[in-house]
Amino acid sequence: MPSLKDLKNRIQSVKNTRKITKAMQMVAAAKLRRAQDAAEASRPYTERFNAVLGGLAASVGGSDTAPKLLSGTGSDQTHLLVVMTAERGLCGGFNSNIAKLARAKALELKAAGKTVKVLTVGKKGRDSIKRELGDAFIGHVDLTEVKRVGYDNAQDIARDILARFDGGEFDVATIFFAKFVNVVSQIPTAQQIIPATFEAEEDAGASTLYDYEPSEEAILADLLPRGVATQIFAALLENGASEQGARMSAMDNATRNAGEMIDKLTIEFNRSRQAVITSELIEIISGAEAL
Amino acid sequence: MAQTMQFDLVSPERALASMQASAVQIPGADGDMTAMPDHAPTITTLRPGVLTVEGPDGSQSYAVTGGFADINAQGTSVLAEKAIPTADVTAADMDALITTAKEAVETASADLKDVAAKNVADLEALRSLLNV
Repeated sequence: MPSLKDLKNRIQSVKNTRKITKAMQMVAAAKLRRAQDAAEASRPYTERFNAVLGGLAASVGGSDTAPKLLSGTGSDQTHLLVVMTAERGLCGGFNSNIAKLARAKALELKAAGKTVKVLTVGKKGRDSIKRELGDAFIGHVDLTEVKRVGYDNAQDIARDILARFDGGEFDVATIFFAKFVNVVSQIPTAQQIIPATFEAEEDAGASTLYDYEPSEEAILADLLPRGVATQIFAALLENGASEQGARMSAMDNATRNAGEMIDKLTIEFNRSRQAVITSELIEIISGAEAL
Repeated sequence: MAQTMQFDLVSPERALASMQASAVQIPGADGDMTAMPDHAPTITTLRPGVLTVEGPDGSQSYAVTGGFADINAQGTSVLAEKAIPTADVTAADMDALITTAKEAVETASADLKDVAAKNVADLEALRSLLNV
């Protein structure tokens, strides 16, 4: 049985841990708000961009001259998986959920006889993916130094991916990230970015007859690479919000658990203190009786 | 009073402007154009240049690069990858843009080299126009 002093020390150390997790939770909450604002601010751009691109793609897509980014290379032998995770841990199952989804997809593709290549964004995903899919690992984008994800970061990643695509390194690209639903729920999602896919647009975009300057094809060729960057940017922002949300709820849990542990230890401490007092009393009484 | 239309300028990181405008001068890839209310629906890509919006409360101008303008019955929206109010453009901004554009020329494949080179020329023209 631990001595009173040991118990006291443990209670103090759990209390310190609780302070830390509580602070981390509050930091995550503040960062979450910022991340959500950033995601909110980018939404008008992404939505309109996709609406226009979707309309263009629908009208040009059927022709033989459609760009490769839209129609694909005509094969789906080599898949590139772009796995986006956080740079830091202590955010619950956030990183491992994304990695798990990517891993499942990689195994499924391998079983179907396809070649899989993996590009990671974010340190945490790199570590676990490299361990399990070492031979498929082809590169990593480091964002450790980046405090706030900007469009430039997304453009850099997109440039890297497009250069590989032009070099014929892969046929299909899919990004993996976590969609932010709310603080307790982030859904790991796979989204195909090359060849580009669009949700069917039925409203105004498709029904208006536009003049195009320069030609429809030229605009599409200009916009498709930008579309890749836009989708990556949206995913990065979504991921950022999810990470902070996951960290917030993980730290909330940790704080609560520490509280419960403190309660339990305090009860144990009080019990053993009483036991000590009781035994001292017995000793005094029996000593007095013996006289 | 002149007729107005809805004008939106958005970049990936934030929406820069949303207001009523009577005329918008757009630096289109094939040449400048001015969109006024009831303009025929048009989509044009942008070249680096200055976008000027004239509204009831005076005019405002932005340096924009990359993206496109969508002119339709509801109004005009410009989606630019980079958009900065001309007054806030610094020499460092332009230097960074021109450096990246020059790098792009180096790495561009043969058939895209002209496009990349034109981009650099446009940026340099923009720079001398803004005088930064």
